[in-house]
Amino acid sequence: MRVWLLLLFPLAAAAAEIPLAERKSGYEFMSRETRAMQDDEVTGPAVLTLLDGEALWGKLGCGTCHTDMKGVAARYPAMVDGKLTTLEQQVRHRNPNLAYESRELLALTAYVARQSRGMPIDVKPVQPNLDAGKAFFFRRQGQLNLACANCHDDNWGKKLGGTPIPQAHPTGYPVYRLEWQSVGSITRRLRNCLTGMRAELLPHGAPELVDLELYLMWRARGMKMEAPAVRP
Amino acid sequence: MTDLMARVVVNVPAEAKKGEVIEIRTLAGHPMETGFRRTQLGELVPRDIIRSLVCAYNGVEVFRAELHPAIAANPLLTFTTVATESGTLEFRWTGDNGFSVTEKAVIKVV
Repeated sequence: MRVWLLLLFPLAAAAAEIPLAERKSGYEFMSRETRAMQDDEVTGPAVLTLLDGEALWGKLGCGTCHTDMKGVAARYPAMVDGKLTTLEQQVRHRNPNLAYESRELLALTAYVARQSRGMPIDVKPVQPNLDAGKAFFFRRQGQLNLACANCHDDNWGKKLGGTPIPQAHPTGYPVYRLEWQSVGSITRRLRNCLTGMRAELLPHGAPELVDLELYLMWRARGMKMEAPAVRP
Repeated sequence: MTDLMARVVVNVPAEAKKGEVIEIRTLAGHPMETGFRRTQLGELVPRDIIRSLVCAYNGVEVFRAELHPAIAANPLLTFTTVATESGTLEFRWTGDNGFSVTEKAVIKVV
């Protein structure tokens, strides 16, 4: 069994971080057609969500306090009142009845995140959360005994089930994912990975996932925001 | 919490030359539930799709599409027509469960 796993993951021992200059957005691994969907600012699939977000922004009166949300999404997760908080959680601060992964919360989050498009990711390396997130990324877990790093650091660019393995830079969340046929959050994506690894499925808002999100954003620091992106 | 309305987006050039072939892009927000999927309890999820899109240019039908299961959610339909005269393009999507949305776009032909 051990030999078989070693054959599957011959580079598993390497487990090195990707040099900053070699980082690529998931966009670069996509087909021409999927890129065209993301680049279509008028009739791209995420446009519907952005329009919903704009309507909700007005309806809920967010504009009474907030004027310019430019660059905000590029700074999350961030410390808010002594707690590491994701953009979604911060959007919920006045509307805690918005459920995670609800159409409303995703629409508002996407509307806010859109205003940071093209700006460099600029999260603060909050400790001890960053180290905890990094440890999570490198820790083998689940029935397949895989760490995030086994795919996204060591084997990116190769294929898994016919599709390229990206480097896992969260530049475009919330994303419109073709597999989902809808917009979803980074937490939904991380939970997908946990399911694939047959690891413990952590709930939305779990501190472990917030720490991991911070590490992923830190890992992608300086890369350009693309939210809401399109992914296959 | 809030009831989000059905959304459609159409993209028509605001101005075109007479006789020019113009591209029209339409996007409709819709789940396009195929009717073949089952819930975890084994119950069939009823079909809920857009059945047709019709585009009329100053009252004359210039494009019609029939949609079927296995077309992706939020269908984007792109087609072309010839800019003949200034006026209005009217789009109508109809589908299961009484789905009916119309949208208009104005074009100026010079």
